[in-house]
Amino acid sequence: MTNPATEYAAGQGIGDARLDGRMVVDPDSGTDLLEVAMGPHHPSTHGVFRMDVALDGERITRLKPVFGYLHRNHEKLGEGHTYLASMPYTDRLDYICSLTNNWAYALAVEKLAGQEVPERAEYLRVIVGELTRVQNHALSVGFLIQDMGASGTPLMYAFREREKILDLFEALTGSRMMCNYMRFGGCRVDATSEWLDAVRKVVTGLPQFADEFEQLLCTNEILMARTQGVGVLRPELAVSAGVTGPALRAAGVNYDIRKVDRYSIYDRFKFKVPLGEHGDVYDRFMIRLLELRESIKILEQALKEIPDGPVMDPKAKIRNFRPKVGEAYGRIEAPKGELGFYLISDGGPNPYRYRVRPPSFVNLTILEDMCLGHNVADVVLILGSVDIVLGEVDR
Amino acid sequence: MLGEGILKGLAETAKNFAGSYVSKDRLTTVQYPEERIAPIEATRDFPFLVYDGEDWQAGLRCVACQICEKECPPKCIYIEKSKDKKPDYVGKPQIYPARFDIDISVCMSCQICVEVCPFEAIKMDTVFELATEDRFGGLLLDRSKLAKSNEYYHTIHPTEAAEVDARLAEEKAKVEAKARAAAEAAAAKAAAAPAAGAPAKTEPPAVKPAGGAE
Repeated sequence: MTNPATEYAAGQGIGDARLDGRMVVDPDSGTDLLEVAMGPHHPSTHGVFRMDVALDGERITRLKPVFGYLHRNHEKLGEGHTYLASMPYTDRLDYICSLTNNWAYALAVEKLAGQEVPERAEYLRVIVGELTRVQNHALSVGFLIQDMGASGTPLMYAFREREKILDLFEALTGSRMMCNYMRFGGCRVDATSEWLDAVRKVVTGLPQFADEFEQLLCTNEILMARTQGVGVLRPELAVSAGVTGPALRAAGVNYDIRKVDRYSIYDRFKFKVPLGEHGDVYDRFMIRLLELRESIKILEQALKEIPDGPVMDPKAKIRNFRPKVGEAYGRIEAPKGELGFYLISDGGPNPYRYRVRPPSFVNLTILEDMCLGHNVADVVLILGSVDIVLGEVDR
Repeated sequence: MLGEGILKGLAETAKNFAGSYVSKDRLTTVQYPEERIAPIEATRDFPFLVYDGEDWQAGLRCVACQICEKECPPKCIYIEKSKDKKPDYVGKPQIYPARFDIDISVCMSCQICVEVCPFEAIKMDTVFELATEDRFGGLLLDRSKLAKSNEYYHTIHPTEAAEVDARLAEEKAKVEAKARAAAEAAAAKAAAAPAAGAPAKTEPPAVKPAGGAE
């Protein structure tokens, strides 16, 4: 009796795939290396992502990130859809932070069409954007600790906090994760005063959460032993590879697009840009906690200053929107780094070219440099500290 | 001291563990499906068609203009126009959808159909637990399944529904006032016609109320 699965595998050439754990000889070193495919179906890869690693004992000698498992043709779809119809698709890029994706895309289109955004809408964008950053950082720290083997507790605390923020998103936009909230020239709906009060209540509780989270984790000896000096990213390499976001700032490079570009109304708020010193996993972890606190500061200021007024530019069009011929690149400091949308308009209802510059994807390119020489268990940690979402990497 | 950080962390978990018995903030989960959290008003998931009155076929607000079909990003709406016409909420004869299907296995709940609809005919529902054994037929909703009454809309999104009703009533009043003014103008004209002596004198007052009503 033959096994249909084996037959199928043989016919498809799956049986002699290169990475099924057999030994290969590295001609340079003369020693036997073991090639292992980490992923694509493993929780530590944060989605469907594969790392082809060559191991010398426990140590990594080669690492090749393989992505594309979640490719959904996002950019090509954008060329076929109207400008508005691409907005809900941007939610699905980095599905943890749908509102900042909306924001970057809206910013690019507004640049292209030369639209103005009313004051109140800008404030609402800052509020939802910073709430997104808080929940993303809480979650990414939670997942990092989960990758370390602390199964549950810190992640669940992070989820508990995120839940409150997602409830706010649902009350405002109608959806917890796929918010689809921003429009070209403003926001879709206005926030009620009750909603703003609810945000104030959540924001008042956030510093306590940050305190508890720090108390729980920051001085933990096991965490320090696992993360300090692991996955060091040198600032020169980070800059030349185009790394952005917390990973770049943890390497000590002062680059935050909120400060550099001063897009939207970020020039009105007082906040600091935390910087790391060593560029290791611990610094990337700490940077997120510190940024979370800075976001709380921005939220407090924005909630105090938010004016009344319209949330949509009255001249903005929902249907038959055709920006003039030209090109534009809109970028924001998304929680994971620089998120940019590059659009070329030929005057038609859909963009001629629609390109996304996702932070996760660019930050992943230096994964091998950070991992070389470390143990297998550290690879999981280093990947966790880069903070990727595969929806954005593969698009 | 080695282990101090771990002890500090453990104190934190102990605080949360003990706190979960007394503080609602520390125990946020509920035992679904026995316990349920009250739904949030703005929640949306899948679209439905609003109808006024008792009979869903007569009261459907949709006029099969196919804008939502065109604007839908994942193209999950299928509309066929009717051959005949039926009166809409202001009494004007309108085409209605002979077929209106939404494939909710494709729908991405983006609400763009609601935003582009000029007739307030399509709105977002809040139903969930829609799992079905039939993956194709069960998730392809036709107009009999999509049609839901305005009262139902009021129960799920009260604030929004009240705004929509006010808007429609205003529009209807406008149309009615216009029709009344037009009728009055026509009557005045008819009254003025036999007195053919001085048409220039009687015409201006007849036109004026029509302009004022608008």
